[in-house]
Amino acid sequence: MIRAQSVTYVAGGRPLVRDIDLELQPGRLVAIIGPNGAGKSTLLRLLTGELKPTAGRVLIDSQDMATLAADYLSRRRAVVSQHTPLTFPFTALEVVLLGISVPGLEVSNPGAHRLAQNMLERLGLGHVAHQTYTTLSGGERQRVHLARVLCQLESGRCPPNETAILADEPTSSLDIGHQLLVLDELTRQKSSGRAVLAVLHDLNLASAYADELVLISDGTVLARGPASEVMRDDQLSEAFGCEIRTNRVPQNGGPFLLPQSCAALSSGPGSYS
Amino acid sequence: MATQTLRLPHTNVSRLDRHALGRRLVWAGWVALVLAAITSVSVGPTGLTLSSLPQAISAALSGSDSAADAYARLVLLEVRLPRMILGAFVGASLGVAGAMMQGLFRNPLADPGLIGVSSGAALAAVATIALGSSFAGPWVRTLGAWALPVAAFLGGFATTMMLMLIARRHGTTAIATLLLAGIALAAIAGALTGLLAYVTDDRELRDLTLWSMGSLAGASWQKVLGIVPFALLLLLAIPRFIRALNGLLLGEAEAFYLGIEVERAKLWIVTLTAAAVGAAVAVAGTIGFVGIVVPHLVRLIAGPDHRIVLPGSALLGAVLVVVADVVARMIVAPAELPIGIIMAIVGAPVFLHLVIKRGGVMSAP
Repeated sequence: MIRAQSVTYVAGGRPLVRDIDLELQPGRLVAIIGPNGAGKSTLLRLLTGELKPTAGRVLIDSQDMATLAADYLSRRRAVVSQHTPLTFPFTALEVVLLGISVPGLEVSNPGAHRLAQNMLERLGLGHVAHQTYTTLSGGERQRVHLARVLCQLESGRCPPNETAILADEPTSSLDIGHQLLVLDELTRQKSSGRAVLAVLHDLNLASAYADELVLISDGTVLARGPASEVMRDDQLSEAFGCEIRTNRVPQNGGPFLLPQSCAALSSGPGSYS
Repeated sequence: MATQTLRLPHTNVSRLDRHALGRRLVWAGWVALVLAAITSVSVGPTGLTLSSLPQAISAALSGSDSAADAYARLVLLEVRLPRMILGAFVGASLGVAGAMMQGLFRNPLADPGLIGVSSGAALAAVATIALGSSFAGPWVRTLGAWALPVAAFLGGFATTMMLMLIARRHGTTAIATLLLAGIALAAIAGALTGLLAYVTDDRELRDLTLWSMGSLAGASWQKVLGIVPFALLLLLAIPRFIRALNGLLLGEAEAFYLGIEVERAKLWIVTLTAAAVGAAVAVAGTIGFVGIVVPHLVRLIAGPDHRIVLPGSALLGAVLVVVADVVARMIVAPAELPIGIIMAIVGAPVFLHLVIKRGGVMSAP
């Protein structure tokens, strides 16, 4: 549905993304993984239409995103950003309501309020709905924005299989329980037909949840495909610049890795196998 | 910015429902505006008072010819009424312009007076007055009565654009840069305005001095006409920019994700606020702090949603300026103080309170 065609993005004379092809399909969760500064967020912002590619095109259906109106795009795709600073004292519920475009001066739309409240409850935030956003913890704020984004697509009235969610590290400041909560929610969205793209740092969660992994290093795709193909020691070691050993989950053979200091790994092989 | 919260306990806020509170605030604003308007037209050095107001109004409507009636009609129609209306539109414009700029710059301290927009408008207006008989002659002759508001608009617009260029980097506004650049631009505009004072004669100089402190003295229907079109454009645009301003509070990228054409919205908001501030400066001089005190009060009561903040700021701005003008006329009657002094006495402490309470604001990105 959203497709990047040999997209390159250059900023300050430095290519941040080089000649990448990527397609988001309805009902699929794609995870972008890779080291810091690899160009993951830049690629995500190119796919949202916010950044215009230096070369190549980003299409939604078959239309060039750069030519489409912001309002149309907002009904087709929603974006969870890495950081969303907010200096004015909105409550959590009001932040979520920002995702629902209530026209003009109309101050209270019961339908919108119900939708926002439900979404907060689904993400375990019902109890903070009326708290000021700035008093929430980092993890709560992140989920508030996810709720806002889900409301944006709900209220956009496009069939789910014509919409996409792009999330930049949606689990970065969450504890494991809430990481699973968020990824389960993204999976539910995927199951409803939406295309989902997430930049993830936790390789285990990425392999557990994504239908396709895209490993990016230095602005180019190093490997892509199902977790079993991407999560290979040589590829991960090359991308992250330290030796990485993966293991297999006994139940389903899926790959996983335990954190281990790079020094320890290089000192002797076979710490676990 | 974690300290920047409402003083009200959260639970109370939820029970009261800020939006319902906001709606009540808007209604209260209308009532206050009517009361302030009645007070404004019944206070002054001439005999026309609240008790004689109905008679003056009926005289004005009937066109009675008696000397007393003619006098009352003159005072009401040619002095007090234009002055009240002028004050209301100036106040509404400054209140809304302040609220919009704070939304645009994502900072509660942005105020047209503080960041140099009013100074830029004032410079252009003073240049028009001082050079009207020489360099700017053709310009003044072509535009006639519109020369002053148009010049003030251009001055305000140019200053705002310069501020945006200086303070915006990588899609965000550096607040410290914004405030410092605003102070610098205000200083430059102030210096140039001072230089222009040398090419004026004594009478013009006194006018300029009083005018630069802000005053509604000398209100006339012509001045009312000088601001009403610009003020109405700004006020009528409110519903169109609520969503954009709310979205912009999350940042420009987020606003774009939410479906807002950010660049277009920014350009419109800057143009409309500069036009209204410019017109306000042209007809009433620089009246500071309205743009900062009024939106802050509204947010304190009803939260930062622009659906309430913008109409609320329009109404409270109008009320504040009309009331301040009444005070300015009463306090040393039969003389009067410049309204800018009254606003500074009330506004500066509120501003200080804001700065102290939001201590971290200068370091915010």
